[in-house]
Amino acid sequence: MNNEITGAEIVLKSLAEQGVEVVFGYPGGAVLPIYDTLFKQNSIKHVLVRQEGGAIHAAEGYARSTGKTGVVLVTSGPGATNVVTGLTDAMMDSVPVVCITGQVPTHLIGSDAFQECDTTGITRPCTKHNYLVKDVNKLSSVFHEAFTIAQNGRPGPVLIDIPKDVQFAKGTYEEKNKIIIPSHRLFEPSPDYEKSKIEEAVELIAKAKKPIFYIGGGCINSGPKASKLVREFINMVGSPVTMTLMGLGVVGSSDKNSLGMLGMHGMYEANMAMHECDVMINIGARFDDRVTGRLDAFSPNSKKIHIDIDESNINKTINVDVPIIGDVKQVVDKMISIWKEKNYKIETESLKSWWDKINKWKEIDCLNYNNEGKQIKPQYAVQRLYELTKNTKTFITTEVGQHQMWAAQFYKFEEPNRWLTSGGLGTMGYGFPAAIGAQVGNPDALVIDIAGDASILMNIQEMSTAIQYRLPVKIFILNNEYMGMVRQWQELLHGGRYSESYTDSLPDFVKLAESYKAVGLRAKTTDDLDDVITQMIETKNTVIADIWVTKEENCFPMIQSGSAHNEMMLSKDQKQDKKSAEKGKILV
Amino acid sequence: MNKSVYASPDQVSETKRHILTVLVDNEPGVLARVIGMFSGRGYNIDSLNVAEVSNDENISRITIVTHGTSEVVSQIEKQLLRIVPVHSVTNLDREDSSVEAEVALVYIYISENNKKKVYELCDFYRARKIENENNTTIFEIAGASERVNRFIKEINEITKVEIVRSGPVAISSIHKNEEE
Repeated sequence: MNNEITGAEIVLKSLAEQGVEVVFGYPGGAVLPIYDTLFKQNSIKHVLVRQEGGAIHAAEGYARSTGKTGVVLVTSGPGATNVVTGLTDAMMDSVPVVCITGQVPTHLIGSDAFQECDTTGITRPCTKHNYLVKDVNKLSSVFHEAFTIAQNGRPGPVLIDIPKDVQFAKGTYEEKNKIIIPSHRLFEPSPDYEKSKIEEAVELIAKAKKPIFYIGGGCINSGPKASKLVREFINMVGSPVTMTLMGLGVVGSSDKNSLGMLGMHGMYEANMAMHECDVMINIGARFDDRVTGRLDAFSPNSKKIHIDIDESNINKTINVDVPIIGDVKQVVDKMISIWKEKNYKIETESLKSWWDKINKWKEIDCLNYNNEGKQIKPQYAVQRLYELTKNTKTFITTEVGQHQMWAAQFYKFEEPNRWLTSGGLGTMGYGFPAAIGAQVGNPDALVIDIAGDASILMNIQEMSTAIQYRLPVKIFILNNEYMGMVRQWQELLHGGRYSESYTDSLPDFVKLAESYKAVGLRAKTTDDLDDVITQMIETKNTVIADIWVTKEENCFPMIQSGSAHNEMMLSKDQKQDKKSAEKGKILV
Repeated sequence: MNKSVYASPDQVSETKRHILTVLVDNEPGVLARVIGMFSGRGYNIDSLNVAEVSNDENISRITIVTHGTSEVVSQIEKQLLRIVPVHSVTNLDREDSSVEAEVALVYIYISENNKKKVYELCDFYRARKIENENNTTIFEIAGASERVNRFIKEINEITKVEIVRSGPVAISSIHKNEEE
């Protein structure tokens, strides 16, 4: 039997068999054997980042924009600890990522060796599963299981820690189809699963007078077909639909049934409709606190249907009446056929008066802002960006903060998988590396990171990566010289004491771009804005567009912490009552 | 209803003790995964017991005693099931018919004055003296936790003792079809 190969070769062979085309990584002592094997082959491309944190966000961006699994390769110790934020981010937002980390040789584990850390210990709570592989003969089966687990059920990150001696050791490779994964280690919904629940749900929808669909990121994770089916079903029902931050794009913004985003900075009409509905159909969302607001006043009079692939999301924060555990596309497919079969139809009269009510709420025009003067309003900047890019295949990523919310409010998404943002963890520094990953996965598309001046500095080192691989990523900075969302909360809740939220000593972003041999552009007034955006789009290079926006603009509408859906703040003048503001202050 | 940033609207059910029995693949780190889930999400572990129960299939059984409202405990069960090497989670209190027992080893400081009383009490509770090379008075008592509690309380009134307890293990007493 001389078909033994080294552990490092098994790693590459496993990746190749899993269909991996690109790996985001950074070399170091404990992964040198894998990098040596990588050097000797051509099928898998490696993208060298400038900090491991960038690698994992790039892998997330790649995964979210392509629907494939993102792969990361980093060394032991600091390499591993630097990916912890990204792993947690992928865990919170259910992104399939496989992260390979090097480890010190088996016999040195536990000796506080150079660049040793307890990687599996540190990453246990922030991965779906992780492995320390001490036997080279188990390596291929671990890899195949890891990829399956990352994609199966509710997707998430999986980490494989490989000691250096295992990378050198020789062992046998087992092919993917030879590996049997015991069923308890996976989630396998059967097609007939929860059939009676689905029937009950569809009947409930048919009898509704004021229904609303509440759509989350699970619909995107279920694949493009899920979005298609969800749209189809909503059209059949004729019901309004609102989406979470993670669910934007499942139903197109221009769809007549869409009320846009809901939640803390969501649309007034969406939140009011959630508050007053009589049947709520949650598909692939998890009643996040940014969506629900105050729980004891959350949609008090509705029957709730909750479709989720992760049973632990059922009744976690909100009790529901009809829970359905399963994959969105399978469940909604079934719902559609039951709806057709039974010839269901919502009573026209009640549906019409529900829409009348909603249209009244729409008249408030909650996104309205004062757009006078030559100074660029951040909202206006995003609106112009949308108008000038809407006919191009565009991916938008964001960092975290005010700019993220303005992007969510003012950029209109018509397709799933085009909007990449850090929702659950709220990771500043996510957007730029995620844009790099999205561009690697979609070389011909326009990829724009809508950023803030503070967030972009968190992973600015990835400029080198973008330039090295000729990735024409655009960074669109809404520059207000503040950590805007921190400043907004300080204004609303902390007496305007702007403690450490002013970003002093910012770099000259144009010169910064030029120093990397990228293109730097700047818009100081509304006169420059369209030209800068057009030039940015037309440039076949990495671009930083530094957009000077009004400094103390607040992001509205807003449900302040501790308030309910029907207590939205539409502007600064509309102060929250003092008692609930005090109560809200202690919340996140 | 469980935890959220916002206070839960209807925290109605009362806090109760629950025994969960968890079957897991016996692989490195599995206990840490289970315990880490409890500490990470702020749940309570009153006692925990783990041992391999099937050599050929490499399966261990973890018995966890916890307390919480039924909403919290059902969330604990679901969170346990998310852990990849977990086969099954059974809440024996929900099943409502189970047998539980624990073992305590009690090192009893004996003198001529209390000797008689100690032996009488041990006899009464069927605590068994464990032979050991130093001939120290170590007793083993097994049974339901309340029984062990009572024994410990009473022996404490007589003399100084040192105690180690396993915490309960439990098994469902429901009839199971053998073919299944």
